[in-house]
Amino acid sequence: MNSKQLAWLIRRHCVEMTHLSGGSHIGAVLSVADIMAVLYADILQYDPLKPDWDGRDRFILSKGHAGAALYAALAECGFFDKTELKTHYQNGSRLSGHVSHAVPGVDFSTGSLGHGLSVAAGRALAAKQDKKAFRSFAVLGDGECNEGSVWEAAEFANHFRLGNLVAIVDYNHMQSLDFCNNTLEVDMKRRWEGFGWQVREIDGHDRNALRQALIDTDNPENKPTVVIAHTVKGKGVSFMENDLLWHYRFPHDGWEYNCAVNELHNSIPDGVEDPYTPDGCPEIKPEPENCRHTVSETHHPTYYSREVEEK
Amino acid sequence: MRDTVIRELISLGKENPQLEIVTGDLGFGVLKPFWEALPDQFVNAGIAEQNLTGVAAGMALEGKTVFTYSIGNFPTMRCLEQIRNDCAYHKLNVNIISVGGGYVYGSLGMSHHATEDIACLRALPGVTVICPGDAAEAKLAVRALAENPGTGYLRLGRGGEKHVNKSITEFSIGKAYLIRPAKELPKKVAVFSTGAILEETARACDLLEARGIGVEQYSFPTVKPIDKEVIGDCAGRFDNIFTVEEHNVVGGFGSAVAEVISELGQSVKLHRLGIADFYCSEVGTQAHLRDLVGISADKIAESVSAAI
Repeated sequence: MNSKQLAWLIRRHCVEMTHLSGGSHIGAVLSVADIMAVLYADILQYDPLKPDWDGRDRFILSKGHAGAALYAALAECGFFDKTELKTHYQNGSRLSGHVSHAVPGVDFSTGSLGHGLSVAAGRALAAKQDKKAFRSFAVLGDGECNEGSVWEAAEFANHFRLGNLVAIVDYNHMQSLDFCNNTLEVDMKRRWEGFGWQVREIDGHDRNALRQALIDTDNPENKPTVVIAHTVKGKGVSFMENDLLWHYRFPHDGWEYNCAVNELHNSIPDGVEDPYTPDGCPEIKPEPENCRHTVSETHHPTYYSREVEEK
Repeated sequence: MRDTVIRELISLGKENPQLEIVTGDLGFGVLKPFWEALPDQFVNAGIAEQNLTGVAAGMALEGKTVFTYSIGNFPTMRCLEQIRNDCAYHKLNVNIISVGGGYVYGSLGMSHHATEDIACLRALPGVTVICPGDAAEAKLAVRALAENPGTGYLRLGRGGEKHVNKSITEFSIGKAYLIRPAKELPKKVAVFSTGAILEETARACDLLEARGIGVEQYSFPTVKPIDKEVIGDCAGRFDNIFTVEEHNVVGGFGSAVAEVISELGQSVKLHRLGIADFYCSEVGTQAHLRDLVGISADKIAESVSAAI
């Protein structure tokens, strides 16, 4: 499967998973979908039949709230049966909202932001000490970079010249309550450069650019590499794009679900079949004003998304 | 106690090249022998305990046996969530060493008083909590922790503690050790302690025996899992049990003993000696502060005498 096909399937699975479960974070899942697709289709070394294979590349989704994207990628890559994706958030399931290592192919659980890069750095250091060839990857959120522990890890990784460590920032420019720059203004690129990392800044929905940035991160100084991937929160479903509401809201029955699915169908790649609605959904007229009064069951019913603009 | 542990870690590190120490830029003069002997198994992660603990988890995921090292509350409370989510939840062999349990750094002020760490670490599922009473216990405990697959906490004093536990030849996680059996006297009590307060407790027991009170004394180097057998046995034979800890009485060793006793349905009375749920702003040495809060040998003996 190529990364274009995988990216589409990740988006489709995740629309279904959040729709069925009332789960949050579809916006973050859609923004990271191309990154996950390129990693699992083109970059990471792994064996779905032997998830613990010692030669595998190590991967941590540090922005654990986008767990659905990882689960969808793993299921499509053969780590477990795709039908299990429908159990996301359900009683008795192993597919928790945030990433769980109970799931085949996941070896590190996340959910509290700012943990993943340190652990990935520890794995990279161990590989270096033991002269193992694998690379250690971590995908971080941009809001996650508010956490001080990210910068403790950044400093550490540079000092120990962890050239086998690769961080990818899913830079969708939005976090929980507002745009990143309205929350804590920062120059993302200069910040990583300041910590001594090899920095690559690309369009995080350009899968060729992602592939080019990730395929070879070796450098003579053994610097760790960060790929700052500019993305769009909610990418692929027009009414979810750049709208904070969809950080928490899930696609409800009716126009939200149908329109999301049909929009995805407009760009379905060759060789891919929609596993849920192969012929798309009945057309329903969008009523975006009505979706502002009910939100995900995981949040307080009075939660009301503030419409924001980047300053 | 400190130096004994480092010497033992050097032996362990030579036996197992996958054993690592990761320090948070502390251990001046203490860690040097390890650093010199096993430079490839030593990492100074700088003053950044959250990252240090996450790195330790990452190394343990790759099969290493990791000891993190710092003092006071820094390797525990500063990075409690990394211990919880990254180490304990993944059942990783990361062992946190903190030097300076209780009032070791008394004069340095409240920031350096490690007085709630046992409670915090004890609340984490699967985490072994060990507070050796003296160097003999510490030496055996560090080996036991290295061999124990899950996450552990080793709370040390500073050094120079008196050798009290003379009977210990083997160490089992979860076992309490008899320091002295009670003489058959009309008045007798059981006294349990954890950690380096063992020395003061032993002197208190001497004082009590001199006053004609029979004392059965146990050292509990392991707070979690707690030795329910010894507690149950003593609860059946004594009317009064005293726990002594250089730690807040809320959530610590006394609380762990109370949890066991409360489920036994016996009439034994438990007296928890420790820090009575307050922060100490008075400056003083460890000995001064121990006396101030009531856990010097004299104050322990007074409390026991007054209670029975």
